[in-house]
Order: sequence, then structure tokens, then C-alpha cells
Amino acid sequence: MLREITLGQYYPAGSILHRLDPRVKLIGTFLFIISMFMFETLPGYVFAAAFLAAVIYLSGVPFSFMVKGLKAVVILMLITVVFDIFLTPGEPLFSFYGITATKEGVELSVKMVIRLSFLILGSSVMTLTTTPNELTDGLEKLLSFLRIFKVPVHEIAMMMSIALTFIPILTEEADRIMKAQMARGADFENGGLIKRVKALVPVMVPLFVSAFRRAGELALAMEARCYRGGSGRTRMKPLVYKRRDRLAYVILLAYLVIAVIIA
Amino acid sequence: MSIIVNHLSYIYNQGTVYELKALSDVSFKIDDSEYIGLLGATGSGKSTLVQVLNGLITPSEGSVYYNGEDIFERDYDRKQLRSRVGLVFQYPEHQLFEADVFSDVCFGPANLGLSRTECELRAYEALKMVGLRDEDFYVSPFDLSGGEKRRAAIAGVLAMKPEILILDEPVAGLDPGGRDEILLLIKRIREETGMTVILVSHSMDDAAENSERLLVMHEGQLLFDASPKEVFSEYETLLEIGLDIPQVTKVLRGLKSMGVQINCDAITLREAKEEILRSFGIR
Amino acid sequence: MGIIETKKLIFEYIRRDRDGEPEGVTKALDNVDLSVEQGDFIAVLGHNGSGKSTLARHINAILYPTEGTVFVDGMDTADNAHIWDIRRTAGMVFQNPDNQIIGTVVEEDVGFGPENMGVPSKEIWERVEESLKAVGMYKYRKRSPSKLSGGQKQRVAIAGVVAMHPKCIVLDEPTAMLDPRGRREVIRAVRALNDVEGITVILITHYMEEVIYANKVFVMDKGKIVMQGSPREIFSRVEELKQIRLSVPQATELAWELKKAGLKLPDGILNEEELVKALSGIYR
Repeated sequence: MLREITLGQYYPAGSILHRLDPRVKLIGTFLFIISMFMFETLPGYVFAAAFLAAVIYLSGVPFSFMVKGLKAVVILMLITVVFDIFLTPGEPLFSFYGITATKEGVELSVKMVIRLSFLILGSSVMTLTTTPNELTDGLEKLLSFLRIFKVPVHEIAMMMSIALTFIPILTEEADRIMKAQMARGADFENGGLIKRVKALVPVMVPLFVSAFRRAGELALAMEARCYRGGSGRTRMKPLVYKRRDRLAYVILLAYLVIAVIIA
Repeated sequence: MSIIVNHLSYIYNQGTVYELKALSDVSFKIDDSEYIGLLGATGSGKSTLVQVLNGLITPSEGSVYYNGEDIFERDYDRKQLRSRVGLVFQYPEHQLFEADVFSDVCFGPANLGLSRTECELRAYEALKMVGLRDEDFYVSPFDLSGGEKRRAAIAGVLAMKPEILILDEPVAGLDPGGRDEILLLIKRIREETGMTVILVSHSMDDAAENSERLLVMHEGQLLFDASPKEVFSEYETLLEIGLDIPQVTKVLRGLKSMGVQINCDAITLREAKEEILRSFGIR
Repeated sequence: MGIIETKKLIFEYIRRDRDGEPEGVTKALDNVDLSVEQGDFIAVLGHNGSGKSTLARHINAILYPTEGTVFVDGMDTADNAHIWDIRRTAGMVFQNPDNQIIGTVVEEDVGFGPENMGVPSKEIWERVEESLKAVGMYKYRKRSPSKLSGGQKQRVAIAGVVAMHPKCIVLDEPTAMLDPRGRREVIRAVRALNDVEGITVILITHYMEEVIYANKVFVMDKGKIVMQGSPREIFSRVEELKQIRLSVPQATELAWELKKAGLKLPDGILNEEELVKALSGIYR
């Protein structure tokens, strides 16, 4: 069940999107997210959907694979929907145990679901087409101006990159430990909230122990490979803008202009 | 206390790009007190199979009968099943979590809803059985040595008093001394309790020394279900699927191909020694 | 002077009890003298806790001697000024492949070392290509390491070290967590590095089968080097090896048993082919 989280996973394929500079993709995702909060009307959503569809098509990642990322947030979405429908003041639609659903509430919840799913799809396009290393490289370069304010940009980027590498390893490990404890009669499925949280202790403790052990070993392995922070490092894939990146920026600018007009 | 496995199939990630057929139409039967070696290269489906036997994975097709009951029936008590079919995972020491060894071993019995005294009694017995010293009972499991940790983890499963004990690669990552200790331990436990043992392994030498019957998996299918001697006579097939035969059997086969009058049945060191001495006219 | 020289190397650490109070001192390495020539293939055998991993970590300047000295290509590891030169001269491969892979794509991982050393981008690509080819993993360069088998991951880790152009590679039980096929793959790759690339190899292991290709074998127990010699010399001392919890390959043990029973076999049989040859030679 834990393996179904696709957010943050890289999907190897050689599409044009994979080859784009990570900075373009980061800025693009950022702009797309902003645009989602500008749109209030149907044409806006249709435009965003068309743009997203085109990008997904270009990415070469199967749509079904992307949708799996949405599954992880279904519960979050349901909660938002319920809150929106019943807690938004406005024209009443129907009543339910004394709480009233409103027309505005339904509209708002539809908007929220669209926004949330577009947000997640949009950012998964980025993570699926960019290796975590490229992503952190891009982020490091984009935010390098922060170094003037003594922000350890390289260290933060390296931490992110390592965290992303370890996500699949640790989820697999969690899965294995859960099964091993189930084989010893542990029950993760029944009982109230408190009982379930308590049932997780035999999973969390070994998981933390293992994470610390792995972190220690990895640190050693990095030092053995001459890692000593960001200074003096060169890059295997230095970030240099190419023609396709400049073209992508133009498209993004066009997207932004049209978005502003529609909104 | 028999297990009947009937046309079992399992597909991982069904309907996605990562679809993988881990088990395909596997059938066999296990009787009381057998010592079975489950062999196969990595990815052959042996780990999936033992998790199905333990009720942790629900098969895509087929059924498993434990004592005549289908364990995947909706109202079958699989939690109870897991106490009877004990499963020791690979690197079991990674699942230790309690503050001391004794409490950790109590975890299994406590989950079965047994009284505290009963849990402690079973924990004590199990720890004695795996040969941990009394002074180690109340130390943190993380302070034990590698081999001791593993024995403590095996005790955690034994404390549930299973009728069948399945061990998934119980000697992985241990040094030769540790490996011999664990294999000896399993042998002793079986002699003392009469438990059925299924040993998952990729070491042909371990399998030859210990098992009475071998199940050989390849790409999700059960390729052989026979005695070690019969299985090891299929040298070419075993090589093809990434397995091997015991070194001593290879020596005998080599001798025979050089024209020595010799029987190639032997699979353990002792048998091979006797056979060579006989053939060379020493006894 | 050889590429690796240790002189009267002693390493002690303080044992602590459950409350963290010092309990005593353990000598993990006890007067180890080791001399390795450029181009050698050295194997260090020993059970867990025999001190072999501690020794490996001294060669890579991860640990420093309590007493005595370690020289790597003439540089004293205790001298902090040389630490990065030492680490690039003597690369290190660890036991668990999952915990030493940094990149999410094979080629990025292999490039990590050269990046840290400040190698220009173009040259990094050349180094990545040749090191992946050297371990037979070039066609997997775009894959995610998490989708590879244990043996393949370990070969990627080895490539990651090779890309740093070390003179010597120390492998600390690189096969302990692998299946037989993975073990064979890794050992084959290691042999190729020594034969083809001429890199000095120090292989630390508890599998005797893996040391038969070495020029020289050191056997460790309780922090001391208790035996040294050619594989054949070591393999002829079956009884001593068993005493220090090492398991002798079946063919060697069988030869030894047969010899005890009166068959005239040579000492130190390494594998089944040798045994078959020796036996058929004395068959009437």
C-alpha cells in the first residue's frame, strides 16, 4: 500500500520534458500553481487542463501512472470537500442533521478538487521527469542568491536530494517491517484511533533505527568518496540553458499572459 | 497439520507498467514434521510464496488449505493462523523494537491475547530454546551481537508456539560461524518440538545438509518437488536457472566423467567421502 | 615502499556499559603489519569481529591508529593534510549497496566522486563511461539503482569508486548481502579491475571461495594477523581455519578428509577441478 505513492519518484523516459533544464521546470511548476489560484471560472480551468494535458503528453509518462499519485491525497480531498460544502455560508441546498449544504459550498468544493488535483498532477510532471539530483541542482542554482544571507543553499539541496533517494528504500523497509510484525500477530487494521497509533510503535521504532543506521553508513560512504561540502565541486551535468529551454520560457510566458487575460 | 497449496498465482502491481508475475500455478502438499528446503534464485517467487502461506499476501488465484480449511475464506481467522504458521523474515533482527529482549519476545504471545504469565513463560522457553544466556534477557536488543540478535528475533516467532516454522534466508549476512550456529539451532528445535520446518535458502550446501525434501522455484513456478538427491541429479537445469549443486557432488560427477567407477548420488561431505574411499578401494 | 604499509598498527576503543560508563578497552587491531605492493590482489579473511573491517577503515583514513602508522602511497593517514588525497588513492566499497548509492540514476551516482574531486564536466562523463564499462554496467547507466539486483548495485558502487581513478580499492565484505549469482558478478568485476585496469585490490571477506584468485591472503583473528601466504598455503591449514570459525570450501575440506583417510593428495586444494584432477591422477 505504501508503494503507491508516486509523488517524488522519477520515471525514466527520454522525452523533451526530461531533457529540459530543471530550472525551467521548477519555474514552470511555480507559475502553473500560481495560475491555478488566479482562475475562478470555467474557461480558466479548461485552459489550464489543456495546458496540463499537453505537458503530460509531452512528458511520455503514462497517464495512469500519474493518476496513482492522486490516490495518496484522496482522503485529504474528501475532507476539504465535506468542509467546503457544509461550512460555506450562502444559498441553502439541503440539510443534513442540522447542518446545511450550500450552493456556494458545492461550487467551492468543486473548485478545490480541481485545483488540488491539477496542483498534484502539475508537480508530479516535474518530479516524474526530473531526477532528484537535477531537481536539487536546479533549486540550488535558482536560490544561490540566498547565499549572500548566509543560507546554506548547497547543504539544504544535498539533504533534499538524499531524502528523495531514501524514500523508496524506506517505504519498502516500512512495508517489510509491518509484515514482519503482522507475522507476530500485530494488528494494524482494527481498533480505534489510539489503538491504531499505538500499534505503529513496533513499526516506527525499527524504522527509525534503520534510518539512523543507513544515514550513518551513507555519510561514511560519501566521505570515502571525497565529499566535503559544496565548495570546489564540479558538476557532471552543469546547468546551461539551451535553445529548447529558452523556447520553453517563451511558452510559459505566453501561458501566463493568456492566464492573466482569462482571469 | 497439513498445508495444501492449490494452483496458486500471484501478480504484483496488477494492471500497471510494473506488473510482475511472482507466482504462477503453484501446487504442493506439506505433511507433518517434514524438513523442507525451498530453493530458488532471487526473484524466483520464494519469498512471495512463504508470505502467502502465512496469510500476509492474498493470492490472485488459487487457494491454501491449512488443516483442511481455506485460509483465504472471508471469515477465516488469519491472525490465529499466523501464530500456527510462524514466519521468520529475512534479517529478522531488523524488527526488534522493545527496550529489552524479553519484552520483545513477549510481543507475539501478547498479540494472541494470552495472559501475562503465559506470555512470559513462553518468552522464557523460547529464549532458552535459541540458547541466549539469562543475563542477555534484559539488555536492549540493540546491544546484542549480530548472531544473538538474530536468535532473539527467531525466539520472537517461536514464542507463539507455531506448528510450522518458516525461515526466509535465516543465515543471510552471517559469517560462517554464525551460519552454522543458526542451522544447528533449527535442527535442534525441530528434533525437540517435532515442528515442520520450511527453510528458504539459496545455498545448495545448506539445503543438502538439512532437508529431506526440496521445492525448487523458478520464475514463479514450482520446477521440482523431490528429494535432494533427485533434485541435484538435474545439474544442467539447476545451472540454467541460476542455482548450483553441492561442490562435493560436482567432484563426484567430475570423477565419473574422467572414467572413475563411482556413484554420483552423494550430496553431503560425509557421503562423498565414503563413496570416494569405497571407489578407491580404501574401505 | 608499497602502496599500503601499516607498521605496528594498534587500534583501541573504549567499551562502555549500558549506562555509558567506560568498562574497559578493546584492542580491535593488535600490532598489524601489512605490506601491499602496487598491482597486488590481496584478500583479508576473518569472521565478524576479527578486526578486518577496522583495518579497512584505517586504509581509507576513516579511522586513525591509536599507535603505529598507516601509509597510503607514502602518505601518513594520521596527517590531516593528506586526507582527501588518501581517500582518492584508496577508494572504498562498503557492504550494503543500498547505503552507499547517492544518485537516483546510475550514471549520476558514478559521477558523484569525480564531482567532489572537482573534475571538469567533460572528463566526468568519460570517467563514468569507462568505469561503468569496466564493471559491465554501462547499459544500465540510465536506470534507477533501486530497480537493480544486489549484485548490480554493488557493481555500480564499485564503478563509483573506479571513476575516482584510485590506485587501490578496498572492498569491505562487498558480497556479504548478495545471493550466489550476485557474488559471482562482483568477484568477476573485482578480478577484472585488478587484471585489466591494474588497480591494487584489497578484498575483505569471510568467504574462502572468494580468495582463491588473490596473490596473497591474510587471515585475521582477534585483531591480529594469524596467517599469511598464498591461497594454497592458507587452504592447506584446514584445522587452524576451522578453529577460528572460518568455513573451508567443501572441495578443500573433502580433500583434507580424504588425505586423513590415507589418500595421497597434495596440500591446499582450492576448488573442485583441482580435487578431481588430483584424484583421477591417483586412480588405478
